[in-house]
Amino acid sequence: MEVTRTKIEGDSLRVRQLKAQQLLRGELEGEDLEREVEQRLLFTKLENAQNWARKNALFPLGFGLACCAIEMITVIGSPRNDLSRFGAEVIRFSPRQADLLILSGRVSVKMAPIIRRLYEQMLEPKWVIAMGACSSSAGMFNNYAVVQGADKFLPVDVYVPGCPPRPEALIYGIMKLQDQIMGDPSMGWRERYQAEGTEEIA
Amino acid sequence: MPDATGLELIAQRVREGVADDAVTGTLFHRGRATLDVAPQSVHDVIAYLRDADQEPWERLMSLHGVDYLPEEPRLGVHYELLSMERVDRLNVRTRVGVEDARLPTVVDLHPTANFQEREVYDMFGVVFEGHPDMRRILMPEDYEGHPQRRDFPMGGEPVIYTYNEPKLPRWYD
Amino acid sequence: MTEPLDVPYRDRERSVTMEPMGEEHEELLTINIGPHHPATHGVLRLLTTLEGEIVRDVKPIIGYVHTGIEKSCEDQQYWKVIPFVERMDYLSYYFNAMAYCMAVESLLDEEVPERAQWLRVIHLELNRVASHLFWIATGALDIGAITMLWWGCRDRDLALDLFEMSGGQRFHTRYFQVGGVVEDIPPGFEERARAFIKTMRSRIPQYLNLLDRNEIWLQRTKGSGIVSTETLLGLGVTGPLLRASGHPWDLRKAMPYSGYEKFDFNIPVGSVGDNYDRYRVRVEEMLESLRIVEQALDGLPEGPYITANRKVALPPRHELATSMEALIHHFKLVTEGFRVPPGETYVGIESPRGELGCYVLADGSAKPARVHMRDPSFVNLQALPEMARDHLLADFIACVAMLDPILGGVDR
Repeated sequence: MEVTRTKIEGDSLRVRQLKAQQLLRGELEGEDLEREVEQRLLFTKLENAQNWARKNALFPLGFGLACCAIEMITVIGSPRNDLSRFGAEVIRFSPRQADLLILSGRVSVKMAPIIRRLYEQMLEPKWVIAMGACSSSAGMFNNYAVVQGADKFLPVDVYVPGCPPRPEALIYGIMKLQDQIMGDPSMGWRERYQAEGTEEIA
Repeated sequence: MPDATGLELIAQRVREGVADDAVTGTLFHRGRATLDVAPQSVHDVIAYLRDADQEPWERLMSLHGVDYLPEEPRLGVHYELLSMERVDRLNVRTRVGVEDARLPTVVDLHPTANFQEREVYDMFGVVFEGHPDMRRILMPEDYEGHPQRRDFPMGGEPVIYTYNEPKLPRWYD
Repeated sequence: MTEPLDVPYRDRERSVTMEPMGEEHEELLTINIGPHHPATHGVLRLLTTLEGEIVRDVKPIIGYVHTGIEKSCEDQQYWKVIPFVERMDYLSYYFNAMAYCMAVESLLDEEVPERAQWLRVIHLELNRVASHLFWIATGALDIGAITMLWWGCRDRDLALDLFEMSGGQRFHTRYFQVGGVVEDIPPGFEERARAFIKTMRSRIPQYLNLLDRNEIWLQRTKGSGIVSTETLLGLGVTGPLLRASGHPWDLRKAMPYSGYEKFDFNIPVGSVGDNYDRYRVRVEEMLESLRIVEQALDGLPEGPYITANRKVALPPRHELATSMEALIHHFKLVTEGFRVPPGETYVGIESPRGELGCYVLADGSAKPARVHMRDPSFVNLQALPEMARDHLLADFIACVAMLDPILGGVDR
């Protein structure tokens, strides 16, 4: 019977696999153990981990008002720009189960109380993206029937301009929101307006 | 599109068929025939044009209101009639003033007028007598005023430029 | 202590008596299929009166997207009205602009050059295809065939790429202007359009394969939502709904405008008038529109793409450096706009939902005195109670899907 021995080089995949096997079996000691554990542990704050999980699993509320809604459906439904790469493909139609309200379209005077009620029914933490010019600032409709900007009755986190914004622009807005979630654990606007303690648990 | 003489003949037949003072005038402009009708005989004229005329106009395509502000009577209501057999359009127009804006409804003749008359009421304030459901349709139910009249203000907010920013109060003050 | 029933299992079911709800137990329940709902295609509120699962009456309540577009138009110059008017029926934006431009051109007595007419036809028919694709994507989604959402949106992106090539924007391109179109199509548009036609011609049979052989789809759409032609005519319904019930009325054939009489295309007409017919009519309309685009691309005439009347259309920029009149015209058009002689007109065209009419009242100044769009969805929505009467709630949702309301047009 022939036995061949080959020397396995320093950091190849086989070496790493064997070292991991030894770690799991508890056979490593001392220096080797320290090195292996260092390579596998990640130290972070609890808020960072929580925010990382939150930002990568946004549930948008299925809500579309006007032309921007069509671009939003294109973002969600079209294979070219699709939102599930960012983890936000689950559209929940019940406000109790959603945490991102994408206001897509012009907010008319008759619809504003309904949106406010929907927003209040959403559970904390929740974010609002005002998509398009009409929900950010009434767009071109400076008249009696359109609320001049959704931020008159809702706190908005990200404004996405455009009429309608391109799907890429909406995705950029969602990515900006993700950065905001990551960096501001107290949800941004509450820190800016000194509104701590106004979270509603409904 | 009936030409100018065809329009005169239609006016003549309506005068004979309905009443002599039903038709107050005719207008033919840019290929479009308009029959001016007195307000209270609108229902009879449209019924006549739908049923009894030798060239019937069976479909009502659009019912809309207009505010001719400097001219009196101010509010106009247009009835766009269509005949599918002869592929032809005719416009019937009435004028009412703002104080006494009442017209008979044509919902019994053309059920399509239901939503459209409600819209004319909502936007201009013309009350259609006999309509089954005379309420506002586009504005909230308790809105006051009729937005599409010419003297109703446009609404909205003044645009803030640098020259008038100190003068305009901020909404969060 | 009672003895347990010593009855075999099957007989145990029969021993429990359940009285069915007889005629005297009519309990009507009015619920609100509210403005925020997955299946209402926009913010439409439906007050449904149900008896069990059967819909007895439906009252649509609209006005939740009312934007006052018609009032805003009275404050803008004529060519600035075009972006406002485009946002009414927000899936078929070229049609809104077309109706308005045709109305203003008829008031001005302006002649549109032939190349502009054909370019308009190309864009209108591409928009019809895109609108029907979106309709089938969301309509099938409502009924449960979710694959159509991905396919419909994917193919719609190809059409929107074409619009981006010619107009610069995917949606609401201000491409149609009074007197023609704003710019000629770029080189490469024709190849892309032909490739699009070829792709769609291979994909539409795939859609039919997916849906037509699906037993669930057939059972949900066949035989539901039938309304007689007389009722539809009385309610003022036009478009694919009327054609599905057997009445062949299409404004492109009946009152041709903008060169449609030169094209050879058919109008699909249904026979029974149920939801299945409405779906098939629209799919066939897509194929016919592709034929029209192909014919238009084949025979596109040379010439100007906008009218040469400098009082209405902006002069090309290279003239501004040499000609004083061009500079003055440019200045007047941009600051004040062109004036339209007094008069009023109503023009109707065939949009993907029916007859889209535009009424313009001009009073001699640079701003229109009244712009009103006769929107097809607004009038077609009155047919919803008729369609939904005595149907199960699930069929009612299928009826709403096949009705294709666009709330931007309904509320304006």
